Amino acid sequence: MTRTIEFRDALREAMSEEMRRDQRVFLMGEEVAEYNGAYKVSRGMLDEFGPRRVIDTPISESGFAGLGIGAAMMGLRPIIEFMSWSFSLVAADPILNNAPKMLYMSGGQVGCPIVYRGNDGAGGQLGSTHSWCVEALYSNVPGVKIAIPHTPYDAKGLLKTAIRDEDPVFFLESERLLSVTGEVPEEEYTVPFGQAKIVRPGKDCTVVSFGRPVYFCLDAAEELAKEGIDCEVIDGRTIRPLDIDTIVASVKNTNYCVVVDQSWSFASPGSEIAAQVHQHCFDDLDNYVGRVHSDDVPAPYAQNLEQEMLPNARKITEAVRAVTYNA
Amino acid sequence: MTRPMRTMPTAPPKPRPADENLAAALGPEVLRSWLRDMLLIREFEVRTMQAYQNRQIGGFCHVYIGQEAVAVGCTAAVNRNDPIVTAYRDHGHALARGLEPRFAMAEMFGRIGGCAKGKGGSMHFFDVPNHMYGGHGIVGAQTPLGTGLAFATKYEDEVINGGSSSRVTLCFLGDGALNQGAFHEALNLASVLDIPVIFVVENNGYSMGTSITRGTSMGHDITTKAIGYGMESAVIEGMDVMDVYNGMKPMVDACRAASRPAFVEIRTYRFKGHSMSDPRKYRTKDEEAKFEAEDPIDKLADYMMSEHGLSEDEYKSLTKSVRTEVREAVKWAEQSPPPDLDELYTDVYVERWGPYLGTSPPPMMQERSERRP
Repeated sequence: MTRTIEFRDALREAMSEEMRRDQRVFLMGEEVAEYNGAYKVSRGMLDEFGPRRVIDTPISESGFAGLGIGAAMMGLRPIIEFMSWSFSLVAADPILNNAPKMLYMSGGQVGCPIVYRGNDGAGGQLGSTHSWCVEALYSNVPGVKIAIPHTPYDAKGLLKTAIRDEDPVFFLESERLLSVTGEVPEEEYTVPFGQAKIVRPGKDCTVVSFGRPVYFCLDAAEELAKEGIDCEVIDGRTIRPLDIDTIVASVKNTNYCVVVDQSWSFASPGSEIAAQVHQHCFDDLDNYVGRVHSDDVPAPYAQNLEQEMLPNARKITEAVRAVTYNA
Repeated sequence: MTRPMRTMPTAPPKPRPADENLAAALGPEVLRSWLRDMLLIREFEVRTMQAYQNRQIGGFCHVYIGQEAVAVGCTAAVNRNDPIVTAYRDHGHALARGLEPRFAMAEMFGRIGGCAKGKGGSMHFFDVPNHMYGGHGIVGAQTPLGTGLAFATKYEDEVINGGSSSRVTLCFLGDGALNQGAFHEALNLASVLDIPVIFVVENNGYSMGTSITRGTSMGHDITTKAIGYGMESAVIEGMDVMDVYNGMKPMVDACRAASRPAFVEIRTYRFKGHSMSDPRKYRTKDEEAKFEAEDPIDKLADYMMSEHGLSEDEYKSLTKSVRTEVREAVKWAEQSPPPDLDELYTDVYVERWGPYLGTSPPPMMQERSERRP
């Protein structure tokens, strides 16, 4: 049986189910408990699990991000919520220098099974400091896993996998998706890491994306279908591990590829995927791999500028037309 | 259902006065083991410096000579299963906690027999079976981690096992860490969440080459830092292991009983430079001589001789046994092979995927369990 629920409810179900299943799991972050979550993701969790497992923190990202690591080293399963991944930058040392390196530096003695989660990407006219897409910065670091769902179904299934994972997971949600609804089974399920999903089959051009921009890709594919260009849209779901096999298999079929990544273009998941596709599909490609990113500028406040800066359906259709010689 | 109220932080625990000589009451056998531990750390560090000069050890290397009483006295004041965590000057803490010198030396030699398979080096000693959670290289970074270790012991005791909090974590830091943001965040969190962690500041007067008077506000009395976080604090003289124990034990007991954090300043001195490449031009020879006259090893040896009839011969045999143990550790480390190149790709992720080869505990843990059934 499935029901239609919001993205935020899917996230909460994942956390609550895992907390019922495993007492070692706890949720910590700013406003997660008494306020019921800054974005109502954790609504009701304090009532169910009490203040010892749903824990409000002061505004102190470096402190509680690091506290979670110590707790994970002792065998607990922390879920640390960043109200926004933009705020994780002040916790760069714990999340980049401790969590992903603990297992290595200790020679396999102690790892760090922790989940950091929160809103990533533009929230809607929040300006530069609050609109970070951290996937480019953080996917550079070995030792982390990065998941970035676009549907409620994946949000729940991937988050459950993240909580059960033995390695540190950065879980990137989007404020703009929290109210999106979708079908989610009532039964227990998980979505494995490292398995991309073909969300729209097609034969003319492979379009690869993650998270919120997947919707823009689907919009663009609708538009392009009217012009006779049949796009295959792939949701990568996790950036680390990256399911390059599914992407390569698709490109071998379509011979064209466009990567859509909401982070800045320089040294990003988009540039990495483009490089890997060039390597693996050199003889199959009939053109360069196109790329759509956020423009290489700080995020602006003005609505029209912000919309222009982010990946959007128009930019994607233009990119697909260009690489498929339909421009 | 009524919403559970968050408990208000309780008043800071009041440690028992340290005027009674708790250390002396432990008797000569315990004191003798402390003397041996301090001698072992000293000898280990002397050999470390030699090996560094011989280029058998690379990277950054910070020795603990002069501060031995702190690690030995503090670890004696807690239980075996109380976690500890420290910064990069970590050799003394690991050895005091029971890491065998050969595993420590092999780590610095970059060998597979090292406590971290040669992947951590001098600054990143780990001995999890002995509840030693690292050696951490970034100044102050270990303070939130230590707070998390203590959060977890309390959570395990109270939430998972339904009992009361039974463990205390010692989070060591240098005086240089007092000015890092992470330190202040850790103290605040420990206080508002009632976390049983003791922040043990080993105040050796210098953060690298910067004197505490130049870099730290209220550097003459750093326990003032604890006041703003509602924590009990103490100042302990760190050049005498009995003083360290006498100061730490009541604080540990009080924190354990109240499940509250505390702050301890232990005044100590590093006889050598910040690292192996430090010419020590920022301090005077007179100052160094003054502290060298306060050698914690001499102090305990003198006490043992006058109070417990430790003879010169016994002391010599103690130093000899330590010298032999460390010499064998060096030999063992030299013979331990470098890590196989496959080790580059192990311990990155627990899970095997892509080029990553999964994880396994270091050979040290296997060897130790064979040696100590």
